[in-house]
Amino acid sequence: MNTSRKGQVGWIIGAILIMFYALLPVAWILSLSFKAGDDINNQKFWPTNWSFENYDIVFSSDLFTTALRNSVGISLIATFISVVLAMLAAYAVARLEFPGKSLILGVALAITVFPIIAIATPLFNLWRTIGLYDTWLGLIIPYLSFSLPLSIYVLSAFFREIPWEMEQAAQVDGATAWQAFRKVIVPLAAPGVFTAAILTFFAIWNDFIFGITLTSSEAARPVPAALAFFSGASQFAQPTAPIAAASVVVTIPVIILVLAFQQKIVAGLTNGAVKG
Amino acid sequence: MSTTIPAASAEVRAQVPDRSGKKPGITDRARKERTLGWMLAGPAFFVMLLTTGYPVLNAIWYSLFDFRLTDPDGRSFVGLGNYITILTDGLFWRQFGVTAAITIVTVVIEFVLGFALALVMHRALFLRKSVRTAILVPYGIITVVSAYAWQYAFTPAYGFVNPLLGTDRDWFGGTVPSLVVICLSEIWKTTPFMSLLLLAGLAQIPNDYLEAAKVDGATAWQRFSKVIVPNMKAAIMVALLFRTLDAFRIFDNVFIMTAGANGTETLSFLAYRQTITRVMIGLGSAVSVILAILVVLIAVLFVKGFKTNLAQQKGA
Repeated sequence: MNTSRKGQVGWIIGAILIMFYALLPVAWILSLSFKAGDDINNQKFWPTNWSFENYDIVFSSDLFTTALRNSVGISLIATFISVVLAMLAAYAVARLEFPGKSLILGVALAITVFPIIAIATPLFNLWRTIGLYDTWLGLIIPYLSFSLPLSIYVLSAFFREIPWEMEQAAQVDGATAWQAFRKVIVPLAAPGVFTAAILTFFAIWNDFIFGITLTSSEAARPVPAALAFFSGASQFAQPTAPIAAASVVVTIPVIILVLAFQQKIVAGLTNGAVKG
Repeated sequence: MSTTIPAASAEVRAQVPDRSGKKPGITDRARKERTLGWMLAGPAFFVMLLTTGYPVLNAIWYSLFDFRLTDPDGRSFVGLGNYITILTDGLFWRQFGVTAAITIVTVVIEFVLGFALALVMHRALFLRKSVRTAILVPYGIITVVSAYAWQYAFTPAYGFVNPLLGTDRDWFGGTVPSLVVICLSEIWKTTPFMSLLLLAGLAQIPNDYLEAAKVDGATAWQRFSKVIVPNMKAAIMVALLFRTLDAFRIFDNVFIMTAGANGTETLSFLAYRQTITRVMIGLGSAVSVILAILVVLIAVLFVKGFKTNLAQQKGA
C-alpha cells in the first residue's frame, strides 16, 4: 500500500474535503438559526450579530414543543416495540431451522422496497374510519411496517456472528442455562441490539410521509411534519430563521448519537451488505 | 428511507443443512424447534403483514373504484378505468420523466462521489475516525432539515450561494434550476450511505491483489477498473439497487422545496396529492399501485441485469 508521506498528503486533503462536504450544510443551518431579525438578509454565510432570539421563538411556540414531545415519544415507543419483536424474530432466523423462514425474510425484503406513500394513503382512509387518525398509536403502527424489517435485518446479521457454542461451553463448566444466557449471550448480543435500536430510531425520527398524511393537529404531529407547517412568531414574519433553529434542535440528538456510536452505526449499516 | 441492507439470500443460504436434513419422521427436537421458531418470529411476521398487507390490498381494491372522499355515495366500480385515465394522461408521463431524471442523475453522481469518498476513507490513515463520524451526520439528519438547509442556501433573498457565484438567479423559478437544488439535497443526504456500502466492499478486497497488479506494472486507473471494481460487484449492485429504489420514491425534498410547483412533481408526490389533497381515493390508490409496480419492476430488472453481468464475468 502507498504509505509514503507524499501519498498520504493527498488522502488527508481528501479526508478534509469530505468533512467540509458533510458539515457545510449543517454549519449553514446553524448560522441561520443565530441570525435575528433582518440579519437573515445579510447575504453572508455567518450572522452579523449572534442572537438566541430564534430559539426563544421556537421554544415559546406550542407548535414546536408539542411536536418535539410527539416525535420523541412516538419514536422511542415505536423503536422499542420494533427492536423487541425483531430481537425474537432475528434469534429464530439466525439460530433455528423452521419452515417459513425464507418467507419471513422475503416479506421483510418486499416491504423495504415498497413505496411508503402507497401504504400511507390507504391508512389515511382506514384511520379516519376507526379513529386512529391524528393519534400516537396511529403513527406507531405504520412505523412498525418499515422499522421491523430494518431491525430484523440488522439484528440477524449481528446474531449470526455470535459464537453461540460459548453458551454450551458455559453450561458444561457448570453454569445454569439462565446464567449462561445472562452472563455469556446477553453481553455478546447487546451491542447488536443497541445498534439496531439506533438505526431504527433514525429511520423513524426521519419519517415525513406518515407524519403529514396521518396527522392533522398538534395531538400527534411529529417534528418533520411540524417543520413543514411552521409559521414563525406571527403569521407575517419570515419563518426561515425559526425553522433553522428548530432544525438545529432536532439535529442535536442525531449528532450526539453519531459522535458516541460511530463505529457501531457503520458496522450495523454494512454488516448485511458484506455478507450478502 | 432505506437505512440498511438486507442480506436475504445469504441468510437463506446460511441455513444449516444437517438439522433439517433428517427428513424421514420429524424428530421431537425438530418439531420443538419449528414451534419455537414460529413462536419467536410469528409476532414480528404478523405485525409486518398487518401493517403492510392490509394497506396494500386496500389500495388495490380502491384503485378499481371511482371514489371521492367528499362524495362517498357516488362510489362506483370502474374496473381498470383509473389506470387507463392515468396512463393516458400526459401529466403522468411528465412526472414519470421527472422522477426518472432525478433517479438517474442522483444515483450516477452518488455512485461516483460515493466511490471517491469510500476510497479516501479506505486509504487515509489519519483523520479516519473523524471522517467516518462526519459522514454519518448527513446520513442521520432528517431529510426535511436537509431540504431546508439547501433551499435556504439557494434562496436569492438570504442564501449565500448567489453572492458566492456572483449571480442573482431565481433558483426556484423554473423546472431545471429547482430540480438541481432538489437533487443536491438528495445527493448530499444519501451519498454517505452509498459510500459506506462501497467501503465495506473495498475492505473485502485482499491487498495482495492490488500489490500483484502494481508489481505487474498496472497504472492506478487499471488497478481501479480491472482489480477493484470487478472484485466488489456484489457491494456495487446492492448499493446501486437500494439507492435507485429509494431515489425513485423521492418525496420529502420535493414537498419542502417546491411542493411540486414549476413541473417538479414526482410520482410519490402525485400519489400524495391525489389522495390527501384532492381526496380522490380511487385515482390516488391507482397511482400508488402503479408506483409500487414500477419499483418492483426496477428491482427485478436490476437483479437480472447484474446476474447476466456476473455470469459473463465468470465466463470470460
